[in-house]
Amino acid sequence: MRGAGQDGRTAVRTLFERPALGVGERVVRQDGDLKVKGEFAFSSDLWMEGMLWGVTVRSSHPHARITSIETGAALALASVHAVLTHEDVPGRKTYGIKRADQPVLASDRVRYQGEPVALVVADSPEAARRGARKVEVSYEPLDPVVDPELALMPDAPRVHDQGNVTASLHIRRGDVVAAAGAADVIVEGEYEIGMQDQAFLGPESGLAVPTPDGGVELYVATQNLYFDLDQMCESLALTRDQIRMTVAGVGGAFGGREDLSVQIHACMLALHTGRPVKMVYSREESFYGHVHRHPGRLRYEHGATRDGRLVYVRARLLLDGGPYTSSSPSVCLNAGSTAVGPYRCDDIDVESIVAFTNNPPCGAMRGFGAVQACFAHEAQMDRLAAALDLDPIELRRRNAVEVGSAVATGQQLEAPVPVRELLERLERLPPPAAAGGDGDLLLLPGGTSNTTHGEGVRRGVGYAVGFKNVGFSAGFDDYSTARVRVSAVHDQPLVEVHTSAAEVGQGGIVIHAQIARTELGVADVMVLPADTDVGDSGSTSASRQSWLTGGAVQAACIAVREELIRRAAGRLGEPEDEMRLVEGRVETASGLGIELVELVAADPAVAVREYRPRRTEPLGPDGQGHAHMAFSFAAHRAVVDVDVELGLARVVELVAVLDVGTMLNPLAVEGQIEGGTAQGLGLALMEEVKVNGGIVANPSFTDYLVPTILDVPRIDSEILELAQPDSPYGLNGMAEAPSISSTPAIVAALRAATGRPLTRVPVQPTDIVAAGAAIHDLGAA
Amino acid sequence: MRLKCTVNGEAQEVDGVWEGESLLYVLRERMALPGSKNACEQGECGSCSVYLNGNLVCSCLVAAGQAEGADITTVEGLAREDGLHPIQRAFVEAGAVQCGFCTPGFVVATHDLLRRNADPSEMEIREALAGNLCRCTGYTKIVDAVRLAAERLELERRQA
Amino acid sequence: MEFLQPSTWEEALAAKAAFPDAVPIQGGTDVMVEMNFDRRRPDVLLDLGRVRELADWASDAGSLRVGAGVTYARVIAELGAMLPGLALAARTVGSPQIRNRGTVGGNLGAASPAGDSHPPLLAAGAVYEVASAARGARRIPAHEFYLGPKRNALEPDELIAAIYLAPAAGGQQFAKVGTRNAMVIAACSFAVAVDRSARTIGTGIGSAGPTPLQAPDAERYLAGVITDEGLWESGRLPDEAVLERFGALVADAARPIDDVRATASYRRHALTVMGRRTATWALRDGR
Repeated sequence: MRGAGQDGRTAVRTLFERPALGVGERVVRQDGDLKVKGEFAFSSDLWMEGMLWGVTVRSSHPHARITSIETGAALALASVHAVLTHEDVPGRKTYGIKRADQPVLASDRVRYQGEPVALVVADSPEAARRGARKVEVSYEPLDPVVDPELALMPDAPRVHDQGNVTASLHIRRGDVVAAAGAADVIVEGEYEIGMQDQAFLGPESGLAVPTPDGGVELYVATQNLYFDLDQMCESLALTRDQIRMTVAGVGGAFGGREDLSVQIHACMLALHTGRPVKMVYSREESFYGHVHRHPGRLRYEHGATRDGRLVYVRARLLLDGGPYTSSSPSVCLNAGSTAVGPYRCDDIDVESIVAFTNNPPCGAMRGFGAVQACFAHEAQMDRLAAALDLDPIELRRRNAVEVGSAVATGQQLEAPVPVRELLERLERLPPPAAAGGDGDLLLLPGGTSNTTHGEGVRRGVGYAVGFKNVGFSAGFDDYSTARVRVSAVHDQPLVEVHTSAAEVGQGGIVIHAQIARTELGVADVMVLPADTDVGDSGSTSASRQSWLTGGAVQAACIAVREELIRRAAGRLGEPEDEMRLVEGRVETASGLGIELVELVAADPAVAVREYRPRRTEPLGPDGQGHAHMAFSFAAHRAVVDVDVELGLARVVELVAVLDVGTMLNPLAVEGQIEGGTAQGLGLALMEEVKVNGGIVANPSFTDYLVPTILDVPRIDSEILELAQPDSPYGLNGMAEAPSISSTPAIVAALRAATGRPLTRVPVQPTDIVAAGAAIHDLGAA
Repeated sequence: MRLKCTVNGEAQEVDGVWEGESLLYVLRERMALPGSKNACEQGECGSCSVYLNGNLVCSCLVAAGQAEGADITTVEGLAREDGLHPIQRAFVEAGAVQCGFCTPGFVVATHDLLRRNADPSEMEIREALAGNLCRCTGYTKIVDAVRLAAERLELERRQA
Repeated sequence: MEFLQPSTWEEALAAKAAFPDAVPIQGGTDVMVEMNFDRRRPDVLLDLGRVRELADWASDAGSLRVGAGVTYARVIAELGAMLPGLALAARTVGSPQIRNRGTVGGNLGAASPAGDSHPPLLAAGAVYEVASAARGARRIPAHEFYLGPKRNALEPDELIAAIYLAPAAGGQQFAKVGTRNAMVIAACSFAVAVDRSARTIGTGIGSAGPTPLQAPDAERYLAGVITDEGLWESGRLPDEAVLERFGALVADAARPIDDVRATASYRRHALTVMGRRTATWALRDGR
């Protein structure tokens, strides 16, 4: 299913008839052939003559004082070339995206299990591991701070000297106390979100190569070259021009590569040994080597009138950030901004807090604060609907934000605001297929595990709507840079597009080529590897990259086009404003023209442009302000079969309904919807990094369960293309929204099937069968 | 130790293999065949799928020495002389590739499925590919790709 | 590290006798995980993959002898009709890739309480043949084989040769609970085997105790009711309450703990449900 664009609301600006493979086409990936053949070079595939292998020695304690680090025994091994500790960090001893509070290598104290303490470099991975086992670190264990609520108590042990509040935001609008008096119905709820892992399949990895000038080249899987570069410069005590970075093939990211992993470490080892050094994390190490999604406890109180109008919302969102800041302040902001959901409400009091603990560090993951909030606000809306005896979709429709409505942070929404339309489309979806299927075991909860042949299985249907801000927020000077060059190669024009935007699988490189073809009418477009030889394109995160780097590529293409017209006008002696670039020629209306290839044969046309979206501003007092550049909205319907006796579930149908702005590439858009929806399914049903006393209990794919192809049903989508007013081509950032509403829709379906409150994700079988549940009662139904 | 085997039809001989390392490591680091991927190294993701003497296996769970004398086919050995294998082409065209880290494993596992079952149902596809994790696509386009590949292979057979 | 690769059973036993600490490796699906995760660095790896004798199965005098090297994929394809319980369990093992390599013998060697083949083998009353160069072969009934978590009755110089069990003489079922619909380690599992000729019920419990377990009280209770009420002859199913009671007795036999995969109480609860359901199916299957 796919909805067509709305008449008159789609605005693809092109100067030409759409050239083949231009903007709007279902263009396949240009790196696809290499990837299916196994020839695409991921960061873990890099190899260089004479390279050494680095490994990380990590803390076995969640919280401890380091009393000594003995490296002698490791260094004594013939194949070990160096062992480095905090003393060997050349520059700033700490790093961080927002605040440099995370040690490059721990010195006197470790604050989470798996914190890097030392580095070993050797001839082979096995030799390096052997060396790592010989590094003797003595610890004096300290009590770990593991409960974020207790961490905020005045007498709690401090994770950092300044206290345990990583970030906080208090949003106040109207007067909740007064409004509460007007509420006919009040529903309260407390919700919990477990710690989800990005679980990208390509492990953290990179290859650092020392350069003759004392600098270093780094090929690495990352989401943001310049975030990395700036932190590396500080800690390696090198200047920007001494470090050259290239995005090596990235095997998925989902937020988990926005913070540093191997970057500084591999460069330290390479600079120390004068040899190329490769580091690749194992899957277990990967669980320690990147931040996770913040787990949270969210307390909500919703008041509404009898006819289902929200009169106030009070919420407290407490997120566990682990011991270092990472991107917690932004997650805190987003969670607060989206806390009420896409609903109108004038009287709100929302507190969003991130606490320091000795649990694993948390930071960016797809959905970034909105996922946690959406699970809670959607559960609340369902509770409210039940309390009011209203249809859940109808309740949402009555409160849906529209153009001019304010979100929690007071920002007024500008068109398009399609929430009502999404709800109506959800309602108009054809009814789910009949339960039972054809009796195929694989379609039943438990699948091949043969736990039911239909006994105890009940079907539930659930809905959810979510939204999220697009792009970086709160006054961050966000921009992107692109360089476009047109030259003649073998008498044909060739366009080269160069940005530092990381391709992590989302298809940015495909879109950049489409934009160049559309703007320049040239078929041959080469997207160059992303590196720091070109200016900053910012992060591949926050659903921003198509908009910002797409905008930069478009701007650079337009500048090149203007240059080509100038050149043609000069040669032909015609006025510039009467010339156009048409099908490889610059010509006048009368047809007098010159071939593009001639214009660039001697001198390629080059332009570098920065694109800045509209500015945002930091929130003011009471958490009010124009902090976000745009918003995207999505909704899901989930149909789930639940074995209520065993508490096992199988999602049998998932439909996403969302607005994505103008589609630059429908194939890529669908891919983002389907993938994001599946990640939401994982959070709903199985994905959790389980932490006990600060110790990760399941750092492996045996026990951290990622949905398989037998867990995810065919995902259908109904896509609206409501053009954004001020983005390139009318596109909107859309890669996160599908991962936000899928979790609450699935849990709503589980609630509908079981009657259980299910206030925590991932939902465990025990939550469904519930302690002491009378299985006869359940079984008899 | 020394390891001799045939990989993608070519005799391979490597020295200095550590007895505890996996066939995956040998392929990637000693034979310059990094197409098989190292995502979990515990048989839980299928990214390292290869044929070992005609059987689909996770190469991360095969000890190097167990491959002595074996006939191995990796993803690098599936493309045809004149271009992509129809399965590979279908994965690209259906949009079943995003980051691509799982893709080699899916391509090999799909190859194994379609040589045993030329016209699999959706559930047969899903059961056969349940050992391969993908984190990007949500699997919908992977199922589409397998169907597309099955149709094209069937067409090829009919034309042959 | 040394890598030994015997090609005959005799050589294999000689190698194990010479290196009692050698870690046998068959499909590698357990051993290699520990190697890759840097958990295990044995001095000697003993590859049994070339031992022809282990890779065969044969039918002999009403009993099946399944070599320890027969893979799960072959159990499903070649023995599914005769050993439906074991085949159902095999189908839930890992993934196609794992089933192509993993062997029942390897599962026994690892002796993890979560191993999928233990419950159906216990339920079917299997006997394991183990052997050493010094003392030759001996047979160990399945229920005497499991001594503790990842500990079995093998002597250091012994290897697992084969599994003996009779073709099913009645319905056999296996069910396993995990929070994913494929490729999941058992949070707990249960197997039941109805033997209509011997008029007995067999059971096996996985992942709900330090070792795979049986539920003898449940077995006796259900067989007793069926016999007393003449249901072997009539083919009728026992009353719902009887099957319910059977499930409860199965749960009583478990000795579960709380761990990362499930709580003890959920495991007991799940065994009650799986016991009731699988017994119902198994009694219905074989009528």
